[in-house]
Amino acid sequence: MLELVDVHSYYGNIEALKGISLSVKTGEVVTLIGSNGAGKTTTLRTIQGLLRPKQGRILFEGRDLGTISTEEIVRLGIAQSPEGRMIFPRMTVLENLEMGAFQRRDRPGIKSDLEHVFGLFPRLKERIAQKGGTLSGGEQQMLAIGRALMARPRLLLLDEPSMGLAPMLVSQIFSIIQEISAEGMTILLVEQNARMALTVADRGYVLQTGEIVLTGDAKALQVNETVRKAYLGEA
Amino acid sequence: MKQWQRIVLYVMVGYFILLLGPVAGLDLPRIVKDISQSPSLLITQLLVGLINGAIIAVIALGYTLVYGIIELINFAHGDLYMLGGFAALTVMGAFGVQDGAPFITSILPMLAALLVAAGFCAGLNVLTERYAYRPLRNAPRLAPLISAIGMSFIFQNLGLFWGGLRSFIPIMGNTAAAPKSFPDLLPRNDILEAIGIESKVDFTVKDLVVLVVAVVLMVALNLFVQRTPAGKAMRAVAQNRDAAKIVGINVDQIIVLTFLIGGALAGSAGLLVGLYNNTIVFTMGFTAGLRAFTAAVLGGIGNITGAMLGGVLIGLLSALSDQYLSSRWTDAWVFGVLVLILVFRPSGLLGENLQEKV
Repeated sequence: MLELVDVHSYYGNIEALKGISLSVKTGEVVTLIGSNGAGKTTTLRTIQGLLRPKQGRILFEGRDLGTISTEEIVRLGIAQSPEGRMIFPRMTVLENLEMGAFQRRDRPGIKSDLEHVFGLFPRLKERIAQKGGTLSGGEQQMLAIGRALMARPRLLLLDEPSMGLAPMLVSQIFSIIQEISAEGMTILLVEQNARMALTVADRGYVLQTGEIVLTGDAKALQVNETVRKAYLGEA
Repeated sequence: MKQWQRIVLYVMVGYFILLLGPVAGLDLPRIVKDISQSPSLLITQLLVGLINGAIIAVIALGYTLVYGIIELINFAHGDLYMLGGFAALTVMGAFGVQDGAPFITSILPMLAALLVAAGFCAGLNVLTERYAYRPLRNAPRLAPLISAIGMSFIFQNLGLFWGGLRSFIPIMGNTAAAPKSFPDLLPRNDILEAIGIESKVDFTVKDLVVLVVAVVLMVALNLFVQRTPAGKAMRAVAQNRDAAKIVGINVDQIIVLTFLIGGALAGSAGLLVGLYNNTIVFTMGFTAGLRAFTAAVLGGIGNITGAMLGGVLIGLLSALSDQYLSSRWTDAWVFGVLVLILVFRPSGLLGENLQEKV
């Protein structure tokens, strides 16, 4: 479904991605793990067209995303719950979710997707008229994921859904990610919390200073010596 | 702010008020006497302030919309409004309407002037964005600001040039730089008298029309921004540009739309001020622009309701200062308010400081 071939991205003169190649197949949950500054968010921003690759190709169902606008990429079926959640602070929960469906015109479909999101996140329904900026961190994360789902994407990009959340909430969010995946959604999950990410993912890539250093089945990575030492905090 | 900085500021502000007070006619006993002798004059001035304030509010919306979207103080906006006045006057000249023309026959020229002035300013504003601001989108913030000041000069000179086109547009009069008289088309019949209220206060058809048009423009803008998909997209871009991109909004299109709407409002205000004050001059954009900018800051820049509130407050303050203090000092009071707001409440009356959680 998605394939990155030797992608190089820059922030100014700094090369943030030094030739990344990865692939996501339909229905899979693929995780990209790595420490702070490894280039995980950069990878997602490059896929979404917020950052342009200097070199390399990004193919989504055979189409090259390297030159088309973010707007067009969203229309092709890629939605994202971005790093830092980026909800609209002065819009209500309902308006935020409606913005997620900005490009859609099928009212009945939007309505049923809204019910679906409220089914996944009952908390959002309770806070439906509240301004996004007044929500707690966990609620904002739910809203960001819900907003991405409202685009009815074929590929869902999740950037650090566990960041800054209490452990209880983290496992709650991850069980919802599993639920979404069970419904058939293809997910590319970026995480610092490698332990949780590898339990929900089918496959994983380990990113280190802009390069992929390791890849494999999630189960294999869980027991991999390097991963255990560097990312799972085990001696 | 550190404690000592705060004290220095308070002293400066206090000094400013003390100094300005007596010089600028702030003589409380006399003002109280004036008001008690003629309360109807106060009401008349409040009315004048309200209507001028509504026009200022319409201009202020242009500042606040653009600031909300791209964080640029569009210094050319006041001069755009001035050009709106010139466009409206040109239409009046084309229709050949003159002072005291029957109201019924002047409705069409006025509507035409509204459409032309709004359309002209909208188009000009979009071109300005495209060629003077967009190329500097990723430059340091000072660069587009200076570009805006440059556009302000260009517009003023365009107004001066336009005012000199008497061979093509006779209504412009003989001297390019002189104030142009704008046809007085709205009847001055007192509505209060017509409905049987005896008072010394006049509320004329003219007052009503200008006020209603200004209010309709503001209500329409509010409905647009709150209800329509394009309006919601504008708010989304203003609140978080990257998030707006991620949900599939074409940010460039929304910026163009913002300049289009702000320009149309400025053009409409240009017509309104012509119809209300019956004189326009190529320098009027500078003061009106500063007042409208003050109104936008007073209400909380970026906040639409705030711009409307700020506009009306500045209009009232100006009218009261003109009547009871001294018209020569009105601008000093208005900009005194700007200084006070920037010192004590930079986010404005209605500006919110909603922290985005990380």
